[in-house]
Amino acid sequence: MSSYRIQGATGEWEVVIGLEVHAQVTSNAKLFSGASTAFGAEPNSQVSLVDAAMPGMLPVPNRECIRQAVRTGMAIEAQINKWSRFDRKNYFYADLPQGYQISQLYHPLVGEGRLLIEADEKAGIPEDKVIGIERIHVEQDAGKLMHDQHPSMSYVDLNRSGVALMEIVSRPDMRSPAEAGAYVRKLRAILRYVGSCDGNMEEGSMRADVNVSVRRPGEELGTRTETKNVNSVRFVMQAIEHEARRQVELIEDGGTVVQETRLFDPGTGTTRSMRSKEDAHDYRYFPDPDLLPLELDDAFLDECRESLPELPDAKRTRYIEELGLSAYNAQVLTAEVETARWFEALLLETATAQGKTPADVAKQASNWLISEFFGALNKIGKELADSPVGHARAAELLALVGKGTISGSIAKQVLETMLETGDSATAIVEREGLKQESDSGAIEAAVDKVLADNADKVEQYKGGKEALFGFFVGQTMKAMQGKANPQVVNEVLRAKLA
Amino acid sequence: MSEITELGVKAIRDGVAGGEFTAREVAEAFNANVAAAAEALNAFIVATPDKAMEAAEKVDADRAAGKPLGKMAGVPIGMKDLFATQGVQTTAASHILEGFVPEYESTVSQKLWDAGAGMLGKLNLDQFAMGSSNETSYFGNVASPWRRSGGDNAVLAPGGSSGGSSAAVAARLCPAATGTDTGGSIRQPAAFTGITGIKPTYGRCSRWGVVAFASSLDQAGPMARSVEDCAIMLEAMAGFDPKDSTSLDLPVPEWSASLDADLKGKKVGIPREYRMEGTDEEILQSWDQGIAWLKDAGADVVDITLPHTKYALPAYYIIAPAEASSNLARYDGVRYGLRELPEGANLQEMYAATRAAGFGDEVKRRILIGTYVLSAGFYDAYYTQAQKVRALIARDFEKAWAECDVILAPTTPTAAFALGDKVDDPLAMYLNDVFSVPASLAGLPAMSVPAGLNSDGLPLGLQVIGKAFDEQGVLNAGLAIEQRAGFTAKPEKWW
Repeated sequence: MSSYRIQGATGEWEVVIGLEVHAQVTSNAKLFSGASTAFGAEPNSQVSLVDAAMPGMLPVPNRECIRQAVRTGMAIEAQINKWSRFDRKNYFYADLPQGYQISQLYHPLVGEGRLLIEADEKAGIPEDKVIGIERIHVEQDAGKLMHDQHPSMSYVDLNRSGVALMEIVSRPDMRSPAEAGAYVRKLRAILRYVGSCDGNMEEGSMRADVNVSVRRPGEELGTRTETKNVNSVRFVMQAIEHEARRQVELIEDGGTVVQETRLFDPGTGTTRSMRSKEDAHDYRYFPDPDLLPLELDDAFLDECRESLPELPDAKRTRYIEELGLSAYNAQVLTAEVETARWFEALLLETATAQGKTPADVAKQASNWLISEFFGALNKIGKELADSPVGHARAAELLALVGKGTISGSIAKQVLETMLETGDSATAIVEREGLKQESDSGAIEAAVDKVLADNADKVEQYKGGKEALFGFFVGQTMKAMQGKANPQVVNEVLRAKLA
Repeated sequence: MSEITELGVKAIRDGVAGGEFTAREVAEAFNANVAAAAEALNAFIVATPDKAMEAAEKVDADRAAGKPLGKMAGVPIGMKDLFATQGVQTTAASHILEGFVPEYESTVSQKLWDAGAGMLGKLNLDQFAMGSSNETSYFGNVASPWRRSGGDNAVLAPGGSSGGSSAAVAARLCPAATGTDTGGSIRQPAAFTGITGIKPTYGRCSRWGVVAFASSLDQAGPMARSVEDCAIMLEAMAGFDPKDSTSLDLPVPEWSASLDADLKGKKVGIPREYRMEGTDEEILQSWDQGIAWLKDAGADVVDITLPHTKYALPAYYIIAPAEASSNLARYDGVRYGLRELPEGANLQEMYAATRAAGFGDEVKRRILIGTYVLSAGFYDAYYTQAQKVRALIARDFEKAWAECDVILAPTTPTAAFALGDKVDDPLAMYLNDVFSVPASLAGLPAMSVPAGLNSDGLPLGLQVIGKAFDEQGVLNAGLAIEQRAGFTAKPEKWW
C-alpha cells in the first residue's frame, strides 16, 4: 500500500485530517424565520425582524430545513436522533445580530455516520476507504461584513443571517490531501443527490474547516490546527499540503505546533495564524430557552426515508451488476447526480428507440456518452446541463448507429453537426447523404478494386502478414467515403482473402 | 365623571355596551387621570391619549352600527413598556432602547386591541424587567400611590418589575394594565399596591414582541382590581401563537364565565417551607386569615411539603441572569437603539461604550452574573446545577398535586418598602421574590389577591398557586378570598 507521507529532514511523517463541512440547506426560507434565502439579492433585502434580532423576536424552526438535514443523515447511513436540541453559541460580532448563533452542541440532530471514498490509483488512493462522520448538526449562518462601501466604516449585509447550515463533522480518518479531496467531492455528490444542498462552493453554499495534524507513523496524534472557511476542493488539498509541511518543518526545527485557528490564502496557497487557543472565545453554550427540544416522530422519519433517491454507491453497484457497465464507466456516470440522470434518460430512450432492454444498450450508451459526447461538449465549452443536444436527440443518433443506418465514425461527424445546428440526426443523415451502404454488391465492387490496386499487399497478407487486414478495411471505407457498413466490409474481405 | 375611573374592566365594558356612557367618555376620564398623575407617580413613560381616544371612538362607532363588541370593548388600559407597540416608543425602561419605535405590534397587545381595548400609554417598569421596586428604570422610579398611615410621607415602592402597572391601576389611572412576570413581577407589585394580578401557566400568553428578560420564565398577564377583571383580560391576552415556539397550543377557556367561589371538595395545600424566618408577623397573620377564608369557602386545608423551596431563589438568580446575559447581547449599537461611537473607536470599543452607557447598574450586574455562570469551567457548577434544582422544584409541586388542588401562600415576605431602602443591597431586594419564584421556575399559574391592610395601612397580598393549565382553579380560589376579604381600601389621593 502506497501511503501518503511527508519526507522531512528527519524521516517520514503521516498527516491526519478531519473536516468540518458547512453546507447551506436547500430551502426557500431561513432556519428560524420566513425570510427568503436566494443568493445575490440586494444587501439587506431578505431580512426579517427575527433575522435582524429586533427586540422581542422569536425563532420558529423551519420544518423543511430539519427534513433536509435528516435526509442527509440518512444518506450517510447515520443515526438520526429523534430528540435533539438547539443551543446558543454566544459571541459578539457585527454580522451576528442576536449576539449568539443558534446551533446544536450537546444534542445534534444526526449522530454517527459514514462515507465511502473510492479507490483512485492516479490520485494516490490505493483502495476504497470508509471515512467516519461524527455528527451533523443544524445551525444559523451569520451575515456578511462589507468593507468596501465607505472609507472608514464597515457595512453589514444580513441576507445570509439566519440561513440554515448543516455542519458535517468527519472523524480524523483522512491521511492525504487526495483523500480529503475525494471526501469533499463525494460528500458534495451525496448532498446534490439528496437535494439538501446545491454544493456550490463558489457561492459559499459549501465550505470546509480543515483540521490538520502530523505525526510519525504509528505514534500518538499531534496537535492540530484548524484552517477556516476553505471554499474549493483544490484549496482544501492545498491548505492541507501547506499546513502539513509547515507543521513538519516547525517540529523538525525544534518548535511545537500550537492549537490555533488559521486562515487560508487562495492567492499564495498558504495558511496564516488567525487566533490562538488562548484568544479563543468562550462561547458560553447553553440550551436556547426560546426553543423546545426537537422531537421527531416515526411518520416524519418514514417520509424522509421514502423521499430519498437512489444514492451514488447503490447506483454504481447497480450499473455494474445489472447494466454490465465497467467499473470505470459506472464511477464516471454516478459521480454527479446530473450525469446519472442524463445517462438514465438516454438509456431509456435508446432502449425504446431500438426496441431493446436498457441492459442491452447500456454499454453502447455509456461508452458513447463518456468517450464521444463528453469530448464533443468539451470541445464547444459546454456542460451536460447546457448541452444543445438533449437525451432524446442523442438516443435517436444512437439508434441510427444501432440499426446500422450509419457507422460509428459517421456518427461522430453527425454529432458535431447536431451540436452546431441543433438539427436531428435523422435530418442531417438524410440531408448530407450519410446513410451507410450495406448493399454487399456495391461493397464487393469496392473491395475488388482495392484488392486489385494493392496486389503486392495481398501477396504479403497471404504470406502471413495478417495485420494488413486493417489496411484493406481502411482503403475500402475510404473508397466508399466512410459510408460502408464495416461489418459487411469485414465479411466480404474475409471471403475474398480466404 | 370621576366615577367612571372607579370602575373596573367588566363594569366599563358592560356600561359601554349598555349605553350608560360612551367609550369616549371613559377614555377622556382616564386620560385626565393619567395626565394629572404624570409627575407625581411617574407611572407612564409615554402617555398616548390619542391612541385611547381613537380606540374608544371605534368602539362607539361599532356599537352605533350594531356590530359585535369585543371582550375588552371600550376599556382603556396601560401597556407595560416591555411590549412592542407599533409606532409607539418601546424602551423596556432602558436608555439603550430610548427612542426605539417598533414597526411591529406584540401578539398580546394586538390581541387586546382586537378585543376593543385602547392604550392610555406605555407603563414604567424596572429596566428590562429586572428589579422589585421600579428603581432601576432609566426614566426614574415610579412612586406608589400608597403611603403609610400616621403621617409618614416616605415614598414607597410600587413593586417591580411591573411597578408602573401596579401604581397606575391602584391610583385609578387605568382600570387594568398588562404586566409580565419572570420571578414575581406581576404578583409582587400587585401585592404591594392592593390590586389583583395573575401570571398564567408558562406558554399561555405569547412572548412574541415582548422584550425578553429570561425566555424560559417570562410570562405576560393582567393586573386589575378584581379577580373577574383579571379573568376577562386574560381571556383576551392568551392563546396559541405559531410565532412563539414555547406557546401552548391549547384552547383558551372561558375563565370569567366559569368563575365559582364555592370550594367544596377542593383541597388547599399549605406549604410548610414557606413559613420562613424573616417573614413579617403580619404577613403570617394574613396567611392564617386566608386559610380561614378558604375553609369558609368549603375547602379542606392540608399541610404539604415543597422541600426544595429554599433552593429556588439561588437557582432563579442563576437561570434568569444566564438567559438575560444572552438575550440582551442584541443591544449592541449596530442596528437600532443607542450607539455610542467615540472618535476613532473600533467595533469592540463601540460595543463597550454603547453597553456601558445604555444599561443601568442592575442590568449590568445580571449580565455579569449570567456571563459568569455560563463560562467554561463554571457552567456545570452553576447553570447545570440550577437546572437540576429547577427540575426538583417542579417535582415538588407535582408531588403536592397528589394532595391538593391549589396552594395558598403569602405573595411577599413584607409589605411595600420605601424607595431607597434596598437599592444598595441587591440580596435584600432579591429576597422579595422568595415566595413568587418557585411557581415561576415550575411554570405554574399563580396570582396575588389583596387580603387586607397591615398596621401601617399598607396592602398585603395572598398568593394562590395552581396546577399547570388550571388557571380556573387559581381564579376560583382567588375569588373566594376576594369575596371574604372585602378589600375596598384605596390610596388616599396626594398627587
